[in-house]
Amino acid sequence: MTVTLAPATIDTHTPHPSTPPAPTVRRRRWRPGLLAAGAYLILLVVAAVWPTALAPGDPLAADPLGVLEAPSAAHWLGTDHLGRDVWTRVVHGAGHSLTIGLAATAIAVTGGVLLGLLAGLTHRLADETLSRAFDAISAFPILLLALLFIAVAGPGTVSLIIAIGVATLPHHARVVRGQTLLVRRAAYVEQAVTFGLSRPRLVARHVLPNVIGPVPVLAVIGLGEAIMIAAGLSFLGMGPQPPSPEWGAMLSEGRNYLQVAWWITVLPGVAVTATVVALTVVGRHWQARFDGRQR
Amino acid sequence: MFSSPLRAAARRLAAGLVVLWAAATAAYLALLVAPGDTVDTIVGDGADTPQIRAQIIAEWSLDRPAVVQYLDYLRRLAGGDLGRSYLLQRPVVEVIGEQLAPTLTLALAAAGLGVLLAVVLAVATAGDRRPWLRRASSGVELLLVSTPPFLIGVVLLSVLSFRFGLFPVSGDQGVGALVLPAVTLALPIAGLLAQVLRDGLDRALDEPFVLTARSRGVRERTVLLRHALRHALLPAVTLAGWLFGILLGGAVIVEQVFGRPGLGQVTLTAVTSKDMPVVLAVVTLSAAVYVAVNTVADLTYLLVDPRLRRS
Repeated sequence: MTVTLAPATIDTHTPHPSTPPAPTVRRRRWRPGLLAAGAYLILLVVAAVWPTALAPGDPLAADPLGVLEAPSAAHWLGTDHLGRDVWTRVVHGAGHSLTIGLAATAIAVTGGVLLGLLAGLTHRLADETLSRAFDAISAFPILLLALLFIAVAGPGTVSLIIAIGVATLPHHARVVRGQTLLVRRAAYVEQAVTFGLSRPRLVARHVLPNVIGPVPVLAVIGLGEAIMIAAGLSFLGMGPQPPSPEWGAMLSEGRNYLQVAWWITVLPGVAVTATVVALTVVGRHWQARFDGRQR
Repeated sequence: MFSSPLRAAARRLAAGLVVLWAAATAAYLALLVAPGDTVDTIVGDGADTPQIRAQIIAEWSLDRPAVVQYLDYLRRLAGGDLGRSYLLQRPVVEVIGEQLAPTLTLALAAAGLGVLLAVVLAVATAGDRRPWLRRASSGVELLLVSTPPFLIGVVLLSVLSFRFGLFPVSGDQGVGALVLPAVTLALPIAGLLAQVLRDGLDRALDEPFVLTARSRGVRERTVLLRHALRHALLPAVTLAGWLFGILLGGAVIVEQVFGRPGLGQVTLTAVTSKDMPVVLAVVTLSAAVYVAVNTVADLTYLLVDPRLRRS
């Protein structure tokens, strides 16, 4: 009879809580995911800036004789219910989605940094008021807040941009406020005060550069979020109106033909997903690098 | 003098009320700055004479100063009166009440499914037992979180309903019609929740109490489920408010994809026809539930974790 000993399951490498955590950034030379994400984003920017380089056709050109054609050599991604080339429309749609996403993120970041600095630098009452205002905005689900704004201002690209920008602003503002509260007590800021620097110069030269660190990373991930919300709202008919080749709007248009021509609906959706995944991968990688440097 | 945990709880409640008031006010301000004449909206396509206009102004108290109307709005809101729909000429409470059940069913089914899926994914892949499974799972989660819900819905619909005819294409008849919408709404939730839970599990597995449990010869599964999962669930509770927002916003889109009746349809109709009382009510109500959910989550936290009672 043999006695089998249970394999040692005790993890002897478990660090004691007081030991500093190991750096989470693993150094691997080959990062296919990151590379693919970068390549896709470059392609996306090219599609947004110079769409005819990738798709020379007209995204609005209808062809009554070639409707609902399956993907083929002539039409890579098939044609839609009006005979428009889906590839051309997806490529030309990149500009819409990227513009809306970038503009909304710009509003969120600019507003967030300014209001976050204000909350972090002024006295308690202003801080308390601003912080509660951020809380109040975040209490609304983003999509509903955007819908409220669109009910007031009417549907369209500009409404979409402002609505998403305002809805995602508190996130940036909170981060900047937190950083500001830390930085304003730092020794170098106190020393700058003793040197008699004027307040604007103090903020611009010493506080802002040290506060702004995490913001670009947040902005990249926020850009993906903004593009996804924008596509959702366009899908509901609240964004750019047909026939413009916006991804969410294309998806919504193609829905009635789902049974016979899935490509009209699914492929613009895949473009949205790929964009968000790529931005998240790049953003997270950057964040890991950033966190590694902070330590 | 209050003891310190009571005071902390009171502070949270007060902060919740302030946020609620601010949210209601923000929604009301949106109504004030809305372009277009309220009387025009109410008249709609009906008979339009100066008498009818005067009657509408009197009936809806549109001739009083904005401040008075605002205070009146707050007073009615506190009493649970959400006003009357411009379009349907009925109390908003009724309009929303009728459509609450299908949305609530959808949201609860999706939340349950999402949480279950997330726990299974996180428990199966936490720690460093199966690195490959873990990486695959992270990839799937990233995909789920990044895919717009309408795409998930459309793909499910096109494969399972159109191709194989397993589920009805639209409507809300029976349990079968609930499956695809609930799955659609549950998947993004599962993706994000699984990431948070696994992080929590990983951190819990590094704690000394896990080492103690293992040294007693407790099986790995028991360590995970009985000891680590409890600690990992706690931080996930803070996501309750976020979860609610995703559910409500997602429900609007999912109801549209699957042609289900519910709050989403009510909201979209109200937004496109500028039926502001209904829009305001939905938005204010969602903020109120968000604040309530978050306050309860915070209070639960205080109750469960004594370390937080000090501040």
